Amino acid sequence: MALEDLQHNFLTGQIEDLVRWARRASVWPASFGLACCAIEMMAAGAADFDLSRFGMEVFRNSPRQADLMIVAGRVSQKMAPVLRQVYDQMMEPKWVISMGVCASSGGMFNNYAIVQGVDQIVPVDVYAPGCPPSPETLMHAILTLHEQIRTGEIMKRRAEGRPTHIEASNNLWTPEVPVAVRIGTPK
Amino acid sequence: MSDTTIRTAERIELLIADTSEGAQELKHRNVTGRDELGRELGSVLRIDGLTLDPNSIDFDRNDDETMIINMGPSHPSTHGVLRIMLELDGEFVLRSKTVIGYLHTGMEKTGEALSYVQGGTNVTRMDYLSPVINELSYSLAVEKLLGIEVPERATWIRMMMSELNRISSHLVWMATNGMDVGSTSMMIYGLRERELILAFFEKTAGLRMNLNYVRPGGVAADLPDGWQDDVQVICDTIYARTFEYDTLLTGQPIFRQRMIGVAPISAEEALALGVTGPLLRSTGVAWDLRRTMPYLAYDKVDFDVIVGTYGDNFDRYAIRLNEIRESIRIVRQCLEMMPSGDYRSQDPKVTPPPRARINESMEALIHHFKLFTEGFHVPVGEVYSAVESPRGELGCYIVSDGGPKPYRIHVRAPSFVNLQAVPLLMRGGSVSDTITVISTVDPVMGEVDR
Amino acid sequence: MISLSADAPADVITSEAMATDIACFPTPSQYLKLVESFKNDGFEMCVDLCGVDYLEHFDRPLPEGVVATRFEVVVNLLSLSKKRRVRIRVQAGNDHAEVDSLFSVYPGTEAMEREAFDFFGILFAGHPELTRILMPEDWEGHPLRKDYGIGKVPVQFKHAPGPR
Repeated sequence: MALEDLQHNFLTGQIEDLVRWARRASVWPASFGLACCAIEMMAAGAADFDLSRFGMEVFRNSPRQADLMIVAGRVSQKMAPVLRQVYDQMMEPKWVISMGVCASSGGMFNNYAIVQGVDQIVPVDVYAPGCPPSPETLMHAILTLHEQIRTGEIMKRRAEGRPTHIEASNNLWTPEVPVAVRIGTPK
Repeated sequence: MSDTTIRTAERIELLIADTSEGAQELKHRNVTGRDELGRELGSVLRIDGLTLDPNSIDFDRNDDETMIINMGPSHPSTHGVLRIMLELDGEFVLRSKTVIGYLHTGMEKTGEALSYVQGGTNVTRMDYLSPVINELSYSLAVEKLLGIEVPERATWIRMMMSELNRISSHLVWMATNGMDVGSTSMMIYGLRERELILAFFEKTAGLRMNLNYVRPGGVAADLPDGWQDDVQVICDTIYARTFEYDTLLTGQPIFRQRMIGVAPISAEEALALGVTGPLLRSTGVAWDLRRTMPYLAYDKVDFDVIVGTYGDNFDRYAIRLNEIRESIRIVRQCLEMMPSGDYRSQDPKVTPPPRARINESMEALIHHFKLFTEGFHVPVGEVYSAVESPRGELGCYIVSDGGPKPYRIHVRAPSFVNLQAVPLLMRGGSVSDTITVISTVDPVMGEVDR
Repeated sequence: MISLSADAPADVITSEAMATDIACFPTPSQYLKLVESFKNDGFEMCVDLCGVDYLEHFDRPLPEGVVATRFEVVVNLLSLSKKRRVRIRVQAGNDHAEVDSLFSVYPGTEAMEREAFDFFGILFAGHPELTRILMPEDWEGHPLRKDYGIGKVPVQFKHAPGPR
């Protein structure tokens, strides 16, 4: 075949970019709905706020087949070891979205029975506030995660073992700048 | 044994130790006592005439034939974090045991630390599929203790919102039940209809779920302008679509085979176990608190109480489907008969002054401040007040010591009591029936574990 | 005034003055027989059973002749035929609270009594399996007692911990 025929039929790119594209375009969530937030998560997967357009409508029941664990709901003391076991069973690369205020910080339940923030058990990548967060908020959190996967920032952060936007040399605590808050809108 | 094998065995033991329930685990038959075995087999009934025939319990069954497996707490059945231990003979369930507590939030303890105004936010998150009805039960209890009257419009608004909430809860049930039985399209349809109701809730109360709308003294805000059109659209759309669900599910042979005759329960067993709601009505007992012990304005509207005959899964499905239609009927009557007036009691002890007056008058500001920081004081006493939630009788028992916070608040959750029927219903069925049984019992783990 | 049936134990104190519903105040020894008499009298369902810890409200209003103790067990019964409710309050004891279990009369109280044991430490004699139901199996203490703190954690503003 002559080379002229191949003019418009191929594209080049870095393998990393292709891998990141594939990773963010088909993130499969593990179903870990616990309480009220689980209903909003189900609503986000249903017809009105379709998660299928991001390739995410398949909530895998087996954690071994899932990439993303959306911790939706309050985590009680009895549930905490189960949460950790499900997280351990997931394959790399895996991400965690903490959905709702109960999962992010204990929410309105600051008492003996609720773990004050699921980040005491598993490392969390994105926090979605709300009680419960409406499906639009959850989608924003998911898209934030997609953006971080697309730019590769999240894998870089993992490799270095610390949040990338806090200067390593500066030992003072600096307030965090929200990452990828605006997606697709001009700065 | 090589090194890795030993470590794996230790590791497995550590993993099990983390999440096992210790003495409550189901054990093999040779280490389970006779009484325990009889009890685990669902023969929780020792009332005359209903004891399980001891000859039907196979005490000497060989352990090799049966298998003990564990379902949950994280499992595909979309009904929350419920753990069930099953002893199986092949595909059939011999005995089962439920373990709950994976969503325990200490809400009763938290309720003692929150004032009566804030209490609604706590109670509303127990049964998260019908938040308005939780708040209603709590508000009715507090109002009984206070001894105040709620204006008529507030009563009718509460009734309309409760019925809309009942419709949305039953729609979620239809969606998850459909998905458990295998029909994913039912999931999409149910949640799609529910969005109509949630949009109306957002317009009225500001939130889709866990709306802190029904408060002691009335409701938080009046209905928005143009609500009649919105509610009319909701009623007409959902009513027409219930017939589509009939086409999809009710007459369909696969659905019928999975639901008819599966897991029947008799009326005596249901009453002995304290079961209420559609589970009790499916046995033929026509007990619905809205009809038998009316609260709000249910004695002024016309609706039917749906009752089943056989107590099996299909009856419970049909009851809930028809309850959607009855609730639409009630909402239509509310639409016509809604009185005008105040949307909350004008009693200054309970109600803050209008927001605009805070800028003008110092007394109004102080009044508002006291009411929202300290709260109102409720006279000493105790009360138990019950309403009919989509799952059964939802009761609220409050003990007051005269202060601004409840001394003890206990919520009688219908799913907590209904779950006691699950071992009885699962016995003798197959593993696939366990899913439909949990689904039709309709537990909401938020209120089971509180 | 509620009329107790003939087979109820004698001298059970009742009172209509307690907010709503009629309340009966049996002693622990009269408790089981009273409940059985209600069951035979048409109260088919036991709707609710819970415990209350009156440590901080010890001088609550009670009718004459009832000796107050720290723990109380409150039972609500429902009669479907008569459409009535009745409430029974038993004074369960101070340090080692123990009452009879209603499991033999109403099997539906199994889970409710386990919850009362879990949260208050009230023992129910005759219950088939009195174990913790909502707290983890190895939890120490009874959370809803008044001398058990709520377990508030001071809110810390921490920056995100490093992943893994």
